[in-house]
Amino acid sequence: MSDPGLESLYREVILDHYKNPRGHGVIENADAEAEGQNPLCGDEVSVYVAFDEDGETIDDVKFSGRGCAISQAATSMLMEMTKGRTAHEVATLDKDELLAEIGVPLTPVRLKCAMLGLTTLKVALHKAKGTPLPDGLAGFDDLELT
Amino acid sequence: MAVTAPGTKLDARALRSDFPIFEQEMHGKPLAYLDSANSSQKPRQVLEAVDRFYETSYANVHRAVHLLGERATAGLEHARERVRALLNAPDVREIIFVRNATEALNLVAYSWGLNNLGPGDAVVVTELEHHSNFVPWQYIAGRQGAEFLMVAIDENGDPDLSQLDAIARDHNVKVVATNLVSNSLGTIHDLAPLVSWAHAQGAIFVCDAAQAAPHMRVDVQAIGADFVAISGHKMCAPSGIGALWGRGELLQSMEPFLLGGHMINAVRVDKTTWGELPHKFEAGTSPIAEAVGLGAAVDYLEAIGLEAIEAHEHELAAYALGRLAEVPGITLYGPPAERRAGVVSFNMEGIHPHDVAQILDLQGVAIRAGHHCCQPLMHKLGVAATNRASFYLYTIPDEIDQLVDGLHAVRKVFA
Repeated sequence: MSDPGLESLYREVILDHYKNPRGHGVIENADAEAEGQNPLCGDEVSVYVAFDEDGETIDDVKFSGRGCAISQAATSMLMEMTKGRTAHEVATLDKDELLAEIGVPLTPVRLKCAMLGLTTLKVALHKAKGTPLPDGLAGFDDLELT
Repeated sequence: MAVTAPGTKLDARALRSDFPIFEQEMHGKPLAYLDSANSSQKPRQVLEAVDRFYETSYANVHRAVHLLGERATAGLEHARERVRALLNAPDVREIIFVRNATEALNLVAYSWGLNNLGPGDAVVVTELEHHSNFVPWQYIAGRQGAEFLMVAIDENGDPDLSQLDAIARDHNVKVVATNLVSNSLGTIHDLAPLVSWAHAQGAIFVCDAAQAAPHMRVDVQAIGADFVAISGHKMCAPSGIGALWGRGELLQSMEPFLLGGHMINAVRVDKTTWGELPHKFEAGTSPIAEAVGLGAAVDYLEAIGLEAIEAHEHELAAYALGRLAEVPGITLYGPPAERRAGVVSFNMEGIHPHDVAQILDLQGVAIRAGHHCCQPLMHKLGVAATNRASFYLYTIPDEIDQLVDGLHAVRKVFA
């Protein structure tokens, strides 16, 4: 992993998403929701999904929570990326697509921060639609996924 | 190294040259290592003792008849005696080598708890515990049908002892487990009231001294504890070695924790009998060279003087609290400098600790950001995490200045 310089890691677009998060809020009576935590640093994210009339297309997606700039900015970007896609498309969304959007090299610890929103969203879709669980959680079906 | 006479100040700048880690830069900046409460750096004296042991004296211990086996056993047992002396334990057989304080506390929770706790009994911890002195008790109490109670802290961050009367009235307290120094706030606790309360209930008192032993004199007899746990890696020793001290009669009465080689007396298909102390609790091949390193670390700390180390840390804590207070938007947690070890926890308004720590890292400043294995405490403080700067005998004020300069840079990024 290359050495993330100060300017590159906290580049303008990350700080912009952190300070003005897109899709920040709660959807009452959401069709799908889940809560995720990163025990390493205490980041918390809840995601809420409302489906279109077809029951598959994501009509609206929002998140709430608190955490570091990387976790919150990455989740904000994710909201923009996933609105209008189907549950199945998002469940199989490659993490590299989100990483490309973030666009800065991340150390392994910060990668967990960046992936929190995507993992939580995939868990929410799994609970509502039975779509595949994200990498690392597959096979843990009997776990209580909040 | 610079040996300090009793009652004199230590010379951190001179001691620093004992630590090879400082001979390099981080991200092109001098290393300000302010994460010693997480794990300490190692002096050349310890590294060389471990090397020398491997090069001249290494073999397995307690079961080889050859000369190397004798030397290795002597090295391990010498280290045990050094730990006994450090803790002022009455008998060297009461010193059990383990991997770390977490393993020591698990040993007590399992070996004592599984045979002495049951329905109607209670285990009492405080809100300031590290997870290592919290989770094992919660788990074993739950398994045994006993209750698990937590003494909340008051507005000063001290355990609120006014809750004790009510606890004693309603519960049969069998274990009281607390730390001597809080790893997240740095608070040095006055354990005397809790120890006497525990013994008045007929309970055992278990002391997590992992954060205390590196920084101040820990005397198991003066504390009046029944069990005391320490971790070598926080006190200049290698990782993978720690120690449990327990009262001889309690250790004698307990069942073993781990079973297998070395801890037995005789093994028959119908019954196995346990070895003598301390071997009953040291199944398998010990971390031998690591223990030798711990012995060398004790020598190193004693030569400097734990009193001098404690005084140095109070001085640094006072300096850090003053300097950090200059930073706009900062919140400082914990007690005044005279009641704290070299630990300062803080938050920057509107900036997550992970971001603070990452930007500091790029300026050569290493701190801890997170919940410090103290989630109940973080919950009480109303935060998910804090930043923590922690100091040791080799910490110099320049590093604190580098931290403060770094925090101004953090504010600039998030302005």
